[in-house]
Amino acid sequence: MGAGRFEAIGLTAGYGATRVIEDVSFVVPPGGKLAVLGRNGVGKTTLLATLMGLTQRHAGRILLDDVVVSDLKTSARARRGMGYVPQTRDIFPSLSVDENLVVGLKGRPGNAVGEAYRLFPRLEERRLGTAAFLSGGEQQMLTTARSILGRPSVLLLDEPLEGLAPIICDELMAALEQLTAEKSMTVVLVEQQIERALAFADSALILERGRIAWSGETCELREQPHIIESLLGLQALGRHPASERLS
Amino acid sequence: MTSASIADSVKEKKTTALSSDLIGTLAIAVLGGAAYVVFPDDLGLLTRILAAAFFVLSLCLVTGICGIATLGHAVMYGAGAYAAGYFCVQGLTDPIALIVVGAMAGAVMGAVSGAIILRTSGLPQLVLSIALVQLMHAAANKASSITGGSDGLIGISPAPVLGLFAFDFYGRTAYLFGLVLLVCVFAVLQRLVRSPFGLLCRGIMQDRVRVAAMGVSVYPVLIRMYTISGAVAGIGGALIAIATGVVGLDSVSFAWSAEALVMLVLGGASSLYGALIGTVVFMTFEHFVSAASPFHWLAIVGALLIAVVLFLPKGLQSFPARFLVKLRGGRRDHSS
Repeated sequence: MGAGRFEAIGLTAGYGATRVIEDVSFVVPPGGKLAVLGRNGVGKTTLLATLMGLTQRHAGRILLDDVVVSDLKTSARARRGMGYVPQTRDIFPSLSVDENLVVGLKGRPGNAVGEAYRLFPRLEERRLGTAAFLSGGEQQMLTTARSILGRPSVLLLDEPLEGLAPIICDELMAALEQLTAEKSMTVVLVEQQIERALAFADSALILERGRIAWSGETCELREQPHIIESLLGLQALGRHPASERLS
Repeated sequence: MTSASIADSVKEKKTTALSSDLIGTLAIAVLGGAAYVVFPDDLGLLTRILAAAFFVLSLCLVTGICGIATLGHAVMYGAGAYAAGYFCVQGLTDPIALIVVGAMAGAVMGAVSGAIILRTSGLPQLVLSIALVQLMHAAANKASSITGGSDGLIGISPAPVLGLFAFDFYGRTAYLFGLVLLVCVFAVLQRLVRSPFGLLCRGIMQDRVRVAAMGVSVYPVLIRMYTISGAVAGIGGALIAIATGVVGLDSVSFAWSAEALVMLVLGGASSLYGALIGTVVFMTFEHFVSAASPFHWLAIVGALLIAVVLFLPKGLQSFPARFLVKLRGGRRDHSS
């Protein structure tokens, strides 16, 4: 896989004729981590789905390592190095944990699933269990683990912490930190837990009604609480004790 | 967890899977052998069950494992039967060679018909599959110089198996030949559905968009499975041609495709064992109930199917597990 420079230029997309995101542009350098923030319904999930080729793209281009990938099918984008962890926790429910991971190996030897277990030891304990009966957090770990087994250079994560207990969130974020540090993987993270997203990412963009309302370094955003208040809402900051870290 | 322990656990799991596959395959061999001893006068029926088992196993691969809707699977069975029959009439009489011919014809037909019907999904796919089998049926009827048309392809007289075991009037050789074939093919199919390719097919059945997002082109994977399935159906067709010495239009009919689907649902669509159980129960039921009540047997089959679908939605193969749960008076622990 390539280095993982990931770029969107003037991306306008939606479902059918309906446009959900308009003129979205960003660049993530190799190994960079971009947090996509915004209130509910502003188009964050649509943006990730568009990057993966799962929506109707009306305009704009997507480049991975300076190669245009926006004309490729979803499967071809994944083969070029894009990994996608959707909001819906995409496990194969009737398969076991082991089998879910084997499906993600893409021809690599079977013992490569060990990479996933090293990252998420909790999954190893449940490796023979049916995926449908894992907890929400474990399912999220499984989806993430399966994605990384494909050795993506860019990983798109759509609200991986949604509905998870704080302790599981900590575990998952620690694993993601470890993963990005070890593999120098480029990450685009959509997340409602603003504090955790800002702690993880180097840069951020905030969507408002499908357009970019603000973009820059996360350290800049921390220094501008009025932007957080106006574009994300104060409530977002008050949800988690970790918000103290912002100050 | 260390690399060594991961390798050990993977090895251990493979060994467990191999053991259970081996036990299952041996059980089929033993039960098939027992049937030979217990029902020596019904070897014709038993051989037809074996041929149907190949057909339903083949349907299980595409419908139960990949989630492909089809009511035209008999095109592949019929292709295998006609190809084996035609080559035999033309002078290729070695039964093993005829089975290979049948498998190849089924595989080619699987690739061709798969390339057409897999372009769509859901109801259009179902309609396309019906159209294909009707077309093939009409073509087989029209090409009477090759297929014998409505009179059937006759004059199929295969040579002894391995030059030693001649096909006899009682059907002993045909049955044992079919049983050995079934045991071998079943063992291979068990490995296939457990392989990464088989798991991928299960993944496609559950969500093809998800699989595409993992970098897999779904269409070629399904074509591959459809082709394998065609080969298995073709073996069944070739076996019935060899065993009965005749190939009729019914081998490439919509009705035969629909019956196979009924057998699969009856036994349990997502399991190879379910396919075998459904075939044995349906064919035996059909044989005896149709003799006892020639005018009402289909109604009785319908009632059986309704009962199974309502009370055992995963088919008869799920009965032992459900029975054990009832016996224990609790819910099954799904976590392990």
